[in-house]
Amino acid sequence: MQKVYLYSRYERFWHWTQAFLILFLALTGFEIHGSYRMFGFENAVHLHNNAAWILIVLIIFTIFWHFTTGEWRQYLPTAENLRAQIAYYVTGIFRNAPHPTKKSSLSKLNPMQRLVYLGLKILFIPVMVITGLLYMFYRYQLDGAITSLGINNLNLIAYTHTLGAYILLAFVIVHVYLITTGHTLTSNLKAMITGWEELEEEEVEKAVAIEEKKESIQSD
Amino acid sequence: MKNIATFILTVIFPIVIVTVMLRDASKDNVALEALRAEYSIPHIPSVDHSKHKELQRDFDNPHEITEACISCHTERGNEVLANAHWNWEREAYIEGRGVTYLGKKNLVNNFCTGILSNEATCNRCHIGYGWADDTFDHSDPLNIDCLICHDNSGLYDKQRGGAGYPVPGLDFQTIVQNVGRPEMDNCGYCHFYGGGGNNVKHGDLENALLTASRDVDIHMSVEGGNLHCIDCHKTTNHQMLGRYYGVSSDNTMRATCEDCHTSMPHVDRILNEHVVTVACQTCHIPVYAKVNPTKMHWDWSTATDRIDGQPYEIIDTLGNLLYTSAKGDFHWVQNAVPSYVWFNGTADHHLISDIIGEDDSVIYINTLLGEAGDPNSRIYPVKIHTGRQPYDTEYRTIIQAKLWDKDPGMGALWVDLEWEEALAAGMEYVGMPFSGHWDFIDSKMFLMVNHMVSPADQALSCEDCHTRNGGRLAGIEGIYIPAQTTHAAIDYFGILMLLFAGAGVCIHAILRYLAWKKRIKIPV
Repeated sequence: MQKVYLYSRYERFWHWTQAFLILFLALTGFEIHGSYRMFGFENAVHLHNNAAWILIVLIIFTIFWHFTTGEWRQYLPTAENLRAQIAYYVTGIFRNAPHPTKKSSLSKLNPMQRLVYLGLKILFIPVMVITGLLYMFYRYQLDGAITSLGINNLNLIAYTHTLGAYILLAFVIVHVYLITTGHTLTSNLKAMITGWEELEEEEVEKAVAIEEKKESIQSD
Repeated sequence: MKNIATFILTVIFPIVIVTVMLRDASKDNVALEALRAEYSIPHIPSVDHSKHKELQRDFDNPHEITEACISCHTERGNEVLANAHWNWEREAYIEGRGVTYLGKKNLVNNFCTGILSNEATCNRCHIGYGWADDTFDHSDPLNIDCLICHDNSGLYDKQRGGAGYPVPGLDFQTIVQNVGRPEMDNCGYCHFYGGGGNNVKHGDLENALLTASRDVDIHMSVEGGNLHCIDCHKTTNHQMLGRYYGVSSDNTMRATCEDCHTSMPHVDRILNEHVVTVACQTCHIPVYAKVNPTKMHWDWSTATDRIDGQPYEIIDTLGNLLYTSAKGDFHWVQNAVPSYVWFNGTADHHLISDIIGEDDSVIYINTLLGEAGDPNSRIYPVKIHTGRQPYDTEYRTIIQAKLWDKDPGMGALWVDLEWEEALAAGMEYVGMPFSGHWDFIDSKMFLMVNHMVSPADQALSCEDCHTRNGGRLAGIEGIYIPAQTTHAAIDYFGILMLLFAGAGVCIHAILRYLAWKKRIKIPV
């Protein structure tokens, strides 16, 4: 048992802010959808729009962070171990089999996470942001008149946004469950809060080896 | 603990701040203040008519008064002759019909059904003297009744059944020396009483407007804008703005809210964008007939019933006439919630010569045209007046009944209480065939609700429409209304996906738990 520093301060801030915002957007969004009444429609709209702007600012900062730190490489998809990772969740986990993918600061994500998070980053979140912005601005005020983007109704925009919201919520459910599948039930959660994750010796050894390799590459 | 504090500081706190800031950003509506200032300037007449020698004399008959008016206002007579208030018809192009000349003169409705053969009583509300039948001369300016619109003394009155002539014995000298711009009770003399009584026809135009509180009508209330009818129904050379689509057909010369309030009246951006699809009236007139009830249904088919050979009336505890042998059954509603329709400013009408289709169970007396996607169409509040009125089952046309005559035995329904004679006499007058076979058919008439605008804080709130069930616009099709509109497939798929995800992780967790328990036992 050893502790490794996996998640930087910004990464944790980003993760939790985004998590809170997505849940809050879902809460207000499904009220706007008419699923229930909580804040009142008008308040829900204002809260939803404001939260959306904060999320957009966060996303812009985070895109910057990904590129300046090179962390974007974490999301490069790989087929290596993908089958093993799926097999682990389907059978291995019940037999106390070891995690097929070893964690390190260079490779924090298993192949399944890589695929899913990449999908969020390049497909689902952009679709939500774009449809959300269209929802707000398919009509806009210009020179004292209301003009439009040539879109006459909200149907396609709203339906896409709603479908995206369901998909994101489903992701959150599965995601929140899968974080309990670390070394202990809470080791992943603790890691995302403190930055330090408890890893099995074997995992750490591999991580240290990778760290060393990384250092040797840098020193070269 | 530290993390929770950080979380609150970095996430929740900014959201609260930004939200509060944006919500409190409601600026004063400067444009509204400017309007209040503009319309608070009182009108000072430029003429004192009591000083005119032409008016300092007695008049034997009202035509002489008109002559005196025209002797100074030399061109006004010709202006009036070109006005729809005078002609009761207007040239308009209707898609599918071409150029038409329609108006009260020749259209049918589902209240008193129409003026033809009943002019002597209906045309009490004509701005002329003597339109008792189709021989009336519409080209003679001396037939114009200037006083019904311009009397400011409050003494002027027109005779029942007098074809527009005043009641005998009026003090003409006082009246003519007190003429001026039309005031609310000039317009209201006719427009409040359409359909045969106060507020019967329109629901949003009635004599309570003369003493309205702000809640009843923010514009016309003395405590509100204190506006007169002609402040909005602006008039140039006797041509006034304003359309009533029971008789009008085209999208011209309308009096609109935007004339004063512009098309961006709100401070809030989202509300302003609503104006593209939603007419001002839709939110700002949440209910009409606020003071007195309006007639929502008129069933002619029960008319002519007698008790012991005598005609009778039924009046409810509030004083509303529910039945009369002369007219049939009525249904009244107070604080009526409008219906809502797409409307682009054009309308079609059911002409008396139109053939009723074999499958038509309802006649649309008028049809407000418009639909989602049409850039001229917006959602408007309407009063839908339903009726049941006579039609010819063989020729399949609406029948115009003769309702009134000063003498019995002339076929007038209200005098003789005999349908057959009334229908025959009416159609003979109109010059259309009557087969002698007749029945009653349901009809619908659409009346725009434009008046009785409530103070802004009593306008509809978001949730009146943005709600899943029972919203005001539940019947409106063709647009996405957030909270109301759903795509069944997306919701089913979405909810199913969430259930699967939830069930999936639960099953997985249970299996993990069971496997873990087994593992614990192995060393034992």
